[in-house]
Amino acid sequence: MLQAYIPMLLVLAFVAANAILILGLSHVLSSYRLTPVKLSPYESGMPVLGDARERFSVKFYLVAMLFIIFDIETVFMLPWAAAFHQFLALRGLLLAEMFVFVAILAVGYLYIWKRGALQWD
Amino acid sequence: MTPELKGLLLVSIIKLLVVFTVTMIGVALLTLMERKVSAWMQYRLGPNRVGFGGLLQPAADGIKNIIKEETFPGMANRVLFMLAPALAFIPALTLGSVIHWAAPLPVNFDFTLPLLGRFVHTGLMPMAVADLPVGILFVLAISSMGVYGIALAGWSSNSKYALLGGLRATAQMISYEVAMGLAVVPVLLLTGNVAFGEIIRAQQVGGFGWFILPLFLAFHNFLVAGFAETNRLPFDMPEAESELIAGYHTEYSAMKFSMFFIAEYTNMVTVSAMVTTLFLGGWDIPFTHWDETPGVLQTIATGGMMFLKVFFWLFFFMWIRWTLPRFRYDQLMALGWKVLMPIGLAYVMLIATAIYLIENVAGISSGLVKMLVLTGINVALGYIVFMVLDRGLLIGGSRERGAASGGLGRRAA
Repeated sequence: MLQAYIPMLLVLAFVAANAILILGLSHVLSSYRLTPVKLSPYESGMPVLGDARERFSVKFYLVAMLFIIFDIETVFMLPWAAAFHQFLALRGLLLAEMFVFVAILAVGYLYIWKRGALQWD
Repeated sequence: MTPELKGLLLVSIIKLLVVFTVTMIGVALLTLMERKVSAWMQYRLGPNRVGFGGLLQPAADGIKNIIKEETFPGMANRVLFMLAPALAFIPALTLGSVIHWAAPLPVNFDFTLPLLGRFVHTGLMPMAVADLPVGILFVLAISSMGVYGIALAGWSSNSKYALLGGLRATAQMISYEVAMGLAVVPVLLLTGNVAFGEIIRAQQVGGFGWFILPLFLAFHNFLVAGFAETNRLPFDMPEAESELIAGYHTEYSAMKFSMFFIAEYTNMVTVSAMVTTLFLGGWDIPFTHWDETPGVLQTIATGGMMFLKVFFWLFFFMWIRWTLPRFRYDQLMALGWKVLMPIGLAYVMLIATAIYLIENVAGISSGLVKMLVLTGINVALGYIVFMVLDRGLLIGGSRERGAASGGLGRRAA
């Protein structure tokens, strides 16, 4: 069974080698005539104002946190779906369990919706 | 090493080289196709000077990009700045290797080479570089790795446009990943297996036909999420030209920029192939059954069929680009979290209940009847979602901005 993963390792190594090759080739072949203006970050041609790494909206953190919760729930559903197809006799039980799980999830989902976590402005 | 393992390695290396070469050339031609299709849709000619009808334009662009000056923004984090394009490139190119591009081919050989020894391969060879048993899970896992490249590109550039583009891209891609995962679940309800070979097989002989009919809403959600995952219009907020210049790759030049480009187009091909595999029967030729018995001719014919289907979705990507305007960012997040997520979740439960009622309670075993019942459910659901729910109720226009707080957009207006 594990033999199927050997080609995957080959692919990963090959693609990574290609990435390094492309970066290296471009590094060697490119010409360098660097000036301070060219090296400054692009701000529509205006003089650069301060550093870019300042505070940014907390919404992005919130989305990342919500993603973890709901993606894990998706990950939980994938094997459930496969099992639901395979165990014909247990389907009623599996369905009931998933309804309980989704109901618990829905409570949390409605809570974050009502608290405005999904509101983007 | 056993002769069988060496045989496996040999065919894997051949398949890897073929798939990688075809992907790279295909992506190059795809950039030309994008420009040509864009031009035709705007009544222009598009690139037509380099080579016959502009056919060598991608080669010219490639050579130009590889000898262009490489710039490193002075305030950038140099290591991460170099690493980011590679981190976007590697997962994108890796994904093409798990997709089944054609019907399995019977390959039998047994020969001995000097120094290397004996190579043996018997039986069917799946037309995927790595026929992983985890199939779709691998695609879901690796496609989310692409986020790292984009997030790092945005952050390491230390440019305001790039940072905003990177943040937007990250939030958008992880949001729509939930919708994408939920759109895959109904497919597993009908196949019970995550391996691509089995998913394609279930659509050929499972009795449901192609899943686009019995699982239309999942197909729709998957397609929308696929557009968002690849940062294509109407979801190209990360590189919205009018707002963010070029988004996360504003500061990139030369081949590093090209690598982001290659990654983006390869992701388009992957999403097209995924839509085809999950909902359009993969390499299956419709209305015939001769393609299910392995053979050389069948492999060639099904490969052509797969190409046609993937090509259609690639064209669809470009078609949509010139049809729909760009979403606003709050609309994009609302669509992902308030529409696709709950609909995807409810849809999974509905389909599971429907299957339970059809197969266990009613005891229907005819594939055609099951397919028709599920299709009927989908037509009804589609009517509710597209005609009743989607009337500006869920995603507010600019009028409702700020008027509603936390609830449905139109309610307060």
